[in-house]
Amino acid sequence: MAWTQSQTPPVKGHLPVLLPLRSMPQALPLQDRLFNVWTASILVLALAAALITPAFAQTDAPGRSAVAILLEWTPTLAKGFGFNVLISIFSMAIGTVLGVGLGILQISPIRPVRQLAWVVTQFFRNSPWLVLLFYCILLIPFQIEIFGTKIPFPGWVKAVIGLSLPVMAYMSEYMRGAILSIPTGQWESAESLGFSRSQTLRDIILPQTVKRVLPSWMNLYAVLTMATPLVSIVGVNDVMALTRAALSAEGRVDLLIPMYLYILCWFFLYCYPISAWTRRLERKYSVNL
Amino acid sequence: MDYSGIMEWLRPDWFFDLAVVSDEYNRGRYIAGLWMTAKLAVVSIFFSLIIGAIGAAVQGAQSKALRVLVGFFVAFFRNTPPLVQLYFFYFAIGTVLRITGDNGLPQPLIGNFGWAIISLSLFAGALNVEIFRAGIEAVPKSTVEAAEALGYTRLQIYTDIVLPLAVRISLPALGTNLVNLVKTTTLAYAIAVPELLYVSAQIWSEDLNVREMMNVLLISYVGLVAILVWVLHRWEKALRIPGYGR
Repeated sequence: MAWTQSQTPPVKGHLPVLLPLRSMPQALPLQDRLFNVWTASILVLALAAALITPAFAQTDAPGRSAVAILLEWTPTLAKGFGFNVLISIFSMAIGTVLGVGLGILQISPIRPVRQLAWVVTQFFRNSPWLVLLFYCILLIPFQIEIFGTKIPFPGWVKAVIGLSLPVMAYMSEYMRGAILSIPTGQWESAESLGFSRSQTLRDIILPQTVKRVLPSWMNLYAVLTMATPLVSIVGVNDVMALTRAALSAEGRVDLLIPMYLYILCWFFLYCYPISAWTRRLERKYSVNL
Repeated sequence: MDYSGIMEWLRPDWFFDLAVVSDEYNRGRYIAGLWMTAKLAVVSIFFSLIIGAIGAAVQGAQSKALRVLVGFFVAFFRNTPPLVQLYFFYFAIGTVLRITGDNGLPQPLIGNFGWAIISLSLFAGALNVEIFRAGIEAVPKSTVEAAEALGYTRLQIYTDIVLPLAVRISLPALGTNLVNLVKTTTLAYAIAVPELLYVSAQIWSEDLNVREMMNVLLISYVGLVAILVWVLHRWEKALRIPGYGR
């Protein structure tokens, strides 16, 4: 806190005092502060305009107005979008669990295990999401028979598995980074207190990594959600597939731009708060030097 | 338990049954696809770097309107799916942007390759703006002040002091983003650009060798990314500031 002109400094005689250096948290970049009173009110106004316009446009328009069609399709698209969110949540859950395990294996004291985990991580991290998705969709059988019970694998389950593979790899990298960022002193003091390796990991190291991994994890979730429309390419009926079906059902050229923009806005409204919040957390947890 | 099904699925011989190597026609298509992916990646990287540099420079500008505009651009492209962006450009804007061709029929002004480049460049460029801005912010203020004291002009400070340091600071993040861009080129499959994934899909649907092609495909992409990582690593090493890091 800097002393302003109006306040009296606590030192008599207005001596020039060198205030202690305080690291002020840097201001958030502009792109993460865009959701404010102004943009929110513009959004509300736009929504209101969209709701009111059809009432005026109905008389002279040749068919229904684009806005009316968008509103008509909204429930269907909302279901599709909900499916996307569901896929992202399942993939995130599977990917996180596998990734944490793989990340711990990456710092294993046994050299071959460590190297194998590294290779697996790098392989899945560096291959394109869409190729992994194709891999899972085409190569996982549609059902597996274990001990006489048939477990079916519909397309969307395979898509969930396909999307969870890169999530696993990224999560593994984040975990490795977070574990390595814990000071060595912690490991040593735990050892001197008689903790075994697994106890040290479970009770001391992993709880501390949660805070360090959290921002990256949230960001990864946003990235994953933005990757979910890929499943429409491999034949899962998500919001993108439904949008294209809606467009071909309506068959109107003037609908193309509003419809795609509409879907983009849906994703934006879902992902922007997550990523803006992530940035806030990152700033909060970062060490300002 | 029946193991033959699993062995059939695993197919130990699939590593040796590579139609891409043995068949000349498929080899030609595969190499053409590889070349197309490389072209997509290099051209998009080039334009995304330019977009990033311009955007980061504008974000340091005086005009608030310009800054807000770039802020909206970055926020929008960073928080929407690249696939939907690509569809928006190709199917929505591409359908509207048509000119009358020589035969009197409307023709698209920009082909699918062009739209793929535009879409990928904008997507990666938005992230580059963010990365370069962070790099510029990370340049110590005292360095800029020292340059001011030495009588540098604003432009000179930007080109001679801030930019060289910012590029070095942002290289790791830039590398991650460019690797991501190479991986994102597969999206061009969705608008039928004959890149690696597209030709591979053609090959496996004609020759019914899905497993082999899948493995070839994965290894090709990991190889491509490895080349890019190697180049970036060399670059990073060459640009290293003595006295920083290990």
